[in-house]
Amino acid sequence: MGGKIVSMMRIPLKSGSRFVDKFFKIGAAMAATYVLAIILLIVVNLISGSAPVWQKEGLGFLTGSNWNSEEGRESYGAAPYILGTFVTAGIAMAIGVPISIGIAMFLSELAPKIMRTPLSLIIELLAAVPSVIYGLWGLFVFRLYLKDWVETPLHNMFGDNSVIFAGAPFGLDIFTASVVLAIMIIPTISTISREIMLAVPNSQREAAYMLGATKWEVFRLAVIPYSKSGLIGAAILGLGRAVGETMAVTMLIGNSTGAAAFPTSLFQPGQTMSSIMANEFAEASQAGLHMSALIGIGLILFVVAFGINIVAHLLVARVIKSHEGAVQA
Amino acid sequence: MITVEQRAEFRKHFRYNVGRRLVIDKIVKGVVFGCVILAIVPLGSILVEVITNGSAALSIEFLTQIPGAVGSADAGGIGPAIQGTIVLIGMSSLIGVPVGVMGGIFLSEYGDNRYGRTVRFFNDVLAEFPTIVIGIFAFVMIVLTLGNFSVWAGTFALSIIMLPIITRTTEESLKLVPITYREAAFALGIKRWAVITKIILSQAKNGMVTGILLAVARIAGETAPLIFTILGSSQFMDGFNGPIDALPLRIWRLSSLPYDNAVAQGWGAALVLILMVLSINIGVRYIVLRKKGRGLKLRMRGGAL
Repeated sequence: MGGKIVSMMRIPLKSGSRFVDKFFKIGAAMAATYVLAIILLIVVNLISGSAPVWQKEGLGFLTGSNWNSEEGRESYGAAPYILGTFVTAGIAMAIGVPISIGIAMFLSELAPKIMRTPLSLIIELLAAVPSVIYGLWGLFVFRLYLKDWVETPLHNMFGDNSVIFAGAPFGLDIFTASVVLAIMIIPTISTISREIMLAVPNSQREAAYMLGATKWEVFRLAVIPYSKSGLIGAAILGLGRAVGETMAVTMLIGNSTGAAAFPTSLFQPGQTMSSIMANEFAEASQAGLHMSALIGIGLILFVVAFGINIVAHLLVARVIKSHEGAVQA
Repeated sequence: MITVEQRAEFRKHFRYNVGRRLVIDKIVKGVVFGCVILAIVPLGSILVEVITNGSAALSIEFLTQIPGAVGSADAGGIGPAIQGTIVLIGMSSLIGVPVGVMGGIFLSEYGDNRYGRTVRFFNDVLAEFPTIVIGIFAFVMIVLTLGNFSVWAGTFALSIIMLPIITRTTEESLKLVPITYREAAFALGIKRWAVITKIILSQAKNGMVTGILLAVARIAGETAPLIFTILGSSQFMDGFNGPIDALPLRIWRLSSLPYDNAVAQGWGAALVLILMVLSINIGVRYIVLRKKGRGLKLRMRGGAL
């Protein structure tokens, strides 16, 4: 900390009565409580806002696939969107996690010292790019490359008979959305993974080196086992981000509704929980159940994201804490 | 005893084994380096596309005019969107900064107990929350209550997104101030609130400013919560009770229009937004790296462990 001398003259020694201290502490406690209050308010408001649709559909809202907002024939089922969210997030994880672990390995084990900081900064800049710009780039640039270089060859190779590659690739589909999602979660997972790998004590690595292990063997035998649960936590944190991501997915997934939105082929338009909320909000009337159904989807998304984040934080926090303990011991 | 033949056999086997292991090591190194390239290419591509496509749209009129009628030859500008984004950032900071800083003070100075740990945990969870859920929450809570889309609702939603980032970075920076500062001040009989506000905060200033700026960069690019709260508009702001426009929202709307000049404008708006967000991010990092805060963990989108 800098050598600035704090001028004692400006700090009144007998400042205020002893109540000022109390008030200050209470004020700080209230600000901290605000966070808890907000989370509670989110739960209450989402439940009250979506109550009508739960009353009408019951648990069918979770399992049904009808999506009709026409007055008098209203029927809502969120199953395709719940499934769509998990499929896109799952594909994004399948692509993003190995790449992220690779990046983390490079940054923590292999990269020369001079390259580490700038490379980490570049990776972290990926996380700073706003979601809507990923969407714009995906829509007008990336989609075309993906369609010509990946989707069309895959489609030609396996044809319409293969279920997951069926349908003429157009670029606005589950696959494109998932790949862009993967790019978006890479910085999250790789940054945390790198920190977790750096927390592995060097004695672990040195022991493996002493036995004659190569870099890869050190990584496989010393680093991975030591940081496994933390890496899983980092991946789950990435999953949390993928599940909640809205704009890029909304702009790329093609937006189908109802039973057609069930994710069958990778090259078909789909829909996720967040994208249907963003898409249909503008045209949802508050008179019928449409708005209530969208709020209900928000509630489901809340529960899913909340659960994922809690698990991830518990895993990551436990690793970091146990490592701190190990360093001190 | 090991015979000469056996020794030769061992040696051959060892050579074979080492060769294979070294090859695997090389392959893995190559693959891992490829992973880094795979992550950098999209960033490079995004920057190149936004700059080349966006700079074509830039002009004084583009930055100050209101948008033209949809589909007309005169596409107008994105003045209201820029104004809206600035207004929203300012208003959200008015709520988010004081509450976040106070929360951070609580966690760092009074938070070494069960309650503090609970708040810290949920604060971290809130930091990673889907922002669209916060948007629809603000819609139910503010827009439905007040009866119209408004700057207030957008401010409320964005301040919730800022809050956990500022709370966490404030806490981290306060914890970096050596305990001896506190002890010395307490020994002089200075009251706790005065110690915190006059001594600790002045030492932790840099880290806190960094956190606040990163939070600002984060909310500047948020789109999803704004759909539900400020709605968007093609006019300049008309009081805090009405809808306004914002840059990310305008980019989304422009990109979904089937006109070439609208898309070109979308790229222009994207350039303005990305310049804002990345310059804050890079600037902050440069300052942090050059001056203080070594050991201060800050992440771009503000999520903390």
